[in-house]
Order: sequence, then structure tokens, then C-alpha cells
Amino acid sequence: MAGEISITVKLFAFFRENRFKQQEQTFPATITVREIIQRLGIDPEEVGVTMINSRHCTLDQTPVQGDQLAIFPVIGGG
Amino acid sequence: MAEKIYRVNMTNLTTSTEPVPDKWLGLGGRGLTSTIVAEEVEPTCHPLGGKNKLVVAPGLLSGTVAANSGRLSIGAKSPLTGTIKEANSGGTAAQMLAKLGCKALIIEGLPKGDAWYTLLISEDGVTIQEEQELVGKGNFDVVATIGKRTDEKHGIITIGPAGEMKLSAANISIKDPDSHLRSSGRGGLGAVMGSKRVKCIIIEPTDAKVEIVDQEKFTEANRAFTKALVDNPISQALGTYGTNVLVNIINEAGALPTRNFTSGQFDGHEEISGETMHDTIVERAGKPKHNCHKGCVIQCSQIYNDKEKKYKTSGFEYESIWAMGADCCVDNLDHIAEADHLMDDIGVDSIETSVAMGVAMEGGLLEFGDGEGICRILREDVAKGTPLGRIIGCGAASVGRAFGVTRVPVVKNQAIPAYDPRAVKGIGITYATSTQGADHTMGYTIATNILGVGGSVDPLSHEGQVELSRNLQIATAAIDSTGMCLFIAFAALDDEKCLPALVDMINARFGADLTADDVTNLGISILKTERAFNEAAGFTNKDDRLPEFFYEEPIAPHNVVWDIPDEELDKFWDF
Repeated sequence: MAGEISITVKLFAFFRENRFKQQEQTFPATITVREIIQRLGIDPEEVGVTMINSRHCTLDQTPVQGDQLAIFPVIGGG
Repeated sequence: MAEKIYRVNMTNLTTSTEPVPDKWLGLGGRGLTSTIVAEEVEPTCHPLGGKNKLVVAPGLLSGTVAANSGRLSIGAKSPLTGTIKEANSGGTAAQMLAKLGCKALIIEGLPKGDAWYTLLISEDGVTIQEEQELVGKGNFDVVATIGKRTDEKHGIITIGPAGEMKLSAANISIKDPDSHLRSSGRGGLGAVMGSKRVKCIIIEPTDAKVEIVDQEKFTEANRAFTKALVDNPISQALGTYGTNVLVNIINEAGALPTRNFTSGQFDGHEEISGETMHDTIVERAGKPKHNCHKGCVIQCSQIYNDKEKKYKTSGFEYESIWAMGADCCVDNLDHIAEADHLMDDIGVDSIETSVAMGVAMEGGLLEFGDGEGICRILREDVAKGTPLGRIIGCGAASVGRAFGVTRVPVVKNQAIPAYDPRAVKGIGITYATSTQGADHTMGYTIATNILGVGGSVDPLSHEGQVELSRNLQIATAAIDSTGMCLFIAFAALDDEKCLPALVDMINARFGADLTADDVTNLGISILKTERAFNEAAGFTNKDDRLPEFFYEEPIAPHNVVWDIPDEELDKFWDF
């Protein structure tokens, strides 16, 4: 459909609970990372890192058709 | 109890107790081990000879009720890197030594003859006893045997067969509150202990307490400090998934070294991830959350059970799982857990030994992915000290030389851990410039390069990486002196109440008047002391480089090489 994009959304750690690990999803072409996070019912405050195609991105970025979006909570280790 | 220095001379088999010299009073942990090694060890000496010394020191706050203050530092000249070395770990020993008033234990000299010895530390000082029963035993058996000989409350610092064989990947194990093991892993310090023919150090429990000058101020500061740690979301995630939560994010960032550092992503990442590990632990009635020392409020350790729901391993860390997993292409967590257990028992560093296995796989010893084969070689070769086992037990560089492999990921002979420097430039600066060979914990830029902690610096850019690594290496040297677990840094980097509370605790403990700047200056002075030792041992800026293949072989998915100019690296030391 015109004006829509299909992207792969990947979730990690407790963001997977009652959601999914990885899913193809369709969104309006103008959608931001923040809006995707809100649609998933995730509080943006809990988000630590987001990446599009293995590069860090901001919550205001707009993914394009075929992108892979990874959403992580605040985590650390080492 | 008043603090003392315990000195053990293994040449004459004598011990002594000394007052703490004024110049060492304000030091603890790594600050103290590195200062003593720099003052008393000839930098050019053979690390396994009579001139090297093994120094054990609890941190400045160890033995108090301060949250997360139970780390023990062990230092010497390293037989793996030839540099100065400090490896720290949890377990019960730091708190027990501090309560006995042991500011540092210095083990020097070499005994003549073939006998082995145990050191017993109590309120009366140190005694040396000849040891027969424990010789040749693995670390788990050592702990169980001492448990029967004394009681389960004694502290234990021990070496396995690898330390007895003086292998340069040998670690030193510390008993934890559940009679399992924690490891002072890196740099082959177990070989130094083995060279002195000390099989283990047993610490008697005491009712004595660490003196606190201003108890009220201390309690108040500890309350604020603990709150900062507990409230931090990273602490909470660490308690759920352990450090292994990193597999998926480092893989996603394209920085998970795979198949002996030939790719930055591993197809089997999900199978070995923290998320899978958490679910497996819960399913098998293990514990996702576990503390390596009393008073830890983060609890990143865990109890991982096998399929029969029996204990297999704990302290099952991201770096070990990455190394045996992605780097050797093993996507079976049970094989990795078995290897982890075997390495703990034999007493070898699980990073060095696993990276050595990856190099050996490239050399044709085993197929990549052969987890059972790795366990077999650990059991039949490394544990028994066959020639092959000794080559592997001496680390990745040793295997590279024996098998003619040129893709050998080491700096100053020490294996590069779990983050590819081509895809995370900041950590490459740390690997190259660290005073102790490649070691992520020396200046953990992953926090800022990948995790968004303490700000954000693009992992692939050149900008700001040297400064980032320098600031973190300075801060880490200071934290490593307090007895604090390095994971307090996640709270310290982003919660403005955390660091002042830590400084307040140190001041309350000693009646001091330190500022945050004094703590930074302590870190600077430790790094400079360590660097001066290395320079006197013959190291130059030419040693502060990554191996050739990182400059030449691009790594997927970002297809990047290591491209920080050497002059940039050399600027690290401009402070």
C-alpha cells in the first residue's frame, strides 16, 4: 500500500514479555522510532538503546522500507 | 583491628607482620598492589622467578558494610604479558582479610625443594604449613576438602592444576559465600602463586570489625550509595539476565567477535544470549540472581543448573560465554557451561583459554562449533598437562605460535575479549594502551560507545575515543582501589548522588577529607605508576598497538578495519 513501510522490529530482554522477539510490521511511512515504541506499549523512558540496521539511532528518526529496528531497555554488563 | 602488612618469605619459609608505612595508608586494592609491585619488584625480573612478588590486598572499604565493597585485588608481574598486573574478584576473602586487619599480604621468594605449602591467616598472623592432601586437586575439590578440614566459614584463595603447572593462563580462585568459585582471572597470576609453591591461602573467620572513624556519617553515605545502585535500571537488568544480557546487543551492533575474529555477528547468538540463559535457569530451578560477596545489591551472578537440575556453574559471564560461544562458534549453552565449570576447576582464565581454543580451531585442532571437543581437550589435555594442554593453557599467543596462525587477537600477549575493536573504536584504545594488556575492564568504553551510559560516543567514529578511554581508565583505577565492584560505575556515570556518597564513605571510614578530584588524582597516579613499571621492564609505545590483522581485514556487518592512527593512540598518555 502506498505511504506504508514494512520493517523488522526486534525486541530484547524484558521488552519481549507478552510481546515478541522479532516481527515484520507495517507502519505509515512517516512514523518515528518513538511512535513505534509507543504503539508497542513500551514506555520510551524505559528504552536504553535503539538501532536501525546495527547503527544507533535517535527516537526521532524515521525508518524506511526494509529497515531492521532493534529496541533495547537500559542494560549493561561487562 | 589495626591494619598491618603480612609478609611471607617462601625462600626461608618465614613470616612477619609489619606496620603499614605512611605512604601506603591511603591506598587499597589495585592502588596498593601496583604500588607495592612497583616499589619492590625488579621490572625486568622473570615473572616465575624468586624476584617476583604476589601481593594480595582488599580495597579501602572492604570489610565494612558498604554495598558492593567485597572485591579483592591480586597483583604481580604477569607471566602472560610481562607487564604489571592486577586482577580482582569477588568471593569472601577481601572482607575476611580486611576484618583481620590485613592491609596487604606480600608473598616473596621461592622455596628450594618440591614441597607444596598452605598459608593460614588468622588473628595471630600468617603461618606456613607444608601441604600434601590438596596437591594436584581441582579447585572445587580443594574447597570441599578444606571445608571438611576446618569448617565452611573459612575463606579460601587457591590455585588449580594449571597454577601448579605454572601455565600462563592460570588464574587464582576465591571461594564465594556458597563455596563456589570466583576468579582473579587475567594475566596468569595463578602461575606466580604456583611458582612460589603456595597451593592455597586459608583465612580464619573473626569477630573483629573494621574500624570506622565516623560511623554516623558512614551509615548515611552508605544509605545514599546503596539507593543509587538499587535504583539504577542497569543494576536491575544485571540481576535478571546477568552480564550475558550483552550477547544480543553486541551482536546487533556488529561487534561480537565470531569464528576467531572473522565476523562481528554470530548466527547462534540467540541460543547463547542472556534471555535464553535466564529462561533455562528458571526452567531448571537454578537462580538467575546470586551474589558473589555479602553486601552486593546488584547480584549479577547466577546458579546455572544442568538438565538434571544439578549445579553446573555460577558467575557465568558474558565474556566467557562469548569466547567459548561466538568466538568458537559453539551455540550450545550446556557445552559452554560445562567448559566454564572445567576451566574453573582446572584454574585457567576462561577468556584467555577460550580465545586460545578459537585460535586452535583456526589452526585445525577442532572444527569450529565442536563444544564437546573443547570439553574433551580441557579434561584430557589441559587438566592433565599434556604438551597440547600446556600450549593451550599458556594462552592465545602460545597457540598461535605453536599452530602457525597469524590471526591471533592479543595485545601484549593477552587475549582480546568480547568486543571487536574495529566496530567499537573506544575499546580498541583501551586494549592498546592498557597497562596490563587487552582487558575490557580497564576502561569500559562499551558503556558510552554502545550502551548510552555516561553520554554517547559513536562506536565507529574517531572522535572522542582517546579521551573517553582515558577518563574511564583513570576512574577505573580509582574504583579498583576502593574494593568496589566495577559495576557501581553504571550508577556513578549517570547518577550524580552516587560518587559523592562513595567519597563520603571513604572519608567517614578513615576520618579523611578527600574530594572527587583527589579520587581522580589517585587514578592518575596509579596509571602512571603502572606505566613506569612497564617502561622499566622494556615496553614502549610500539607495544601499544593492536595486531596487524585488525588493520587489514574488514569485519562484517560494518566492513570496517582498525583505523585509529598510531599518533592518536600515543596521545592517550598526554596527561
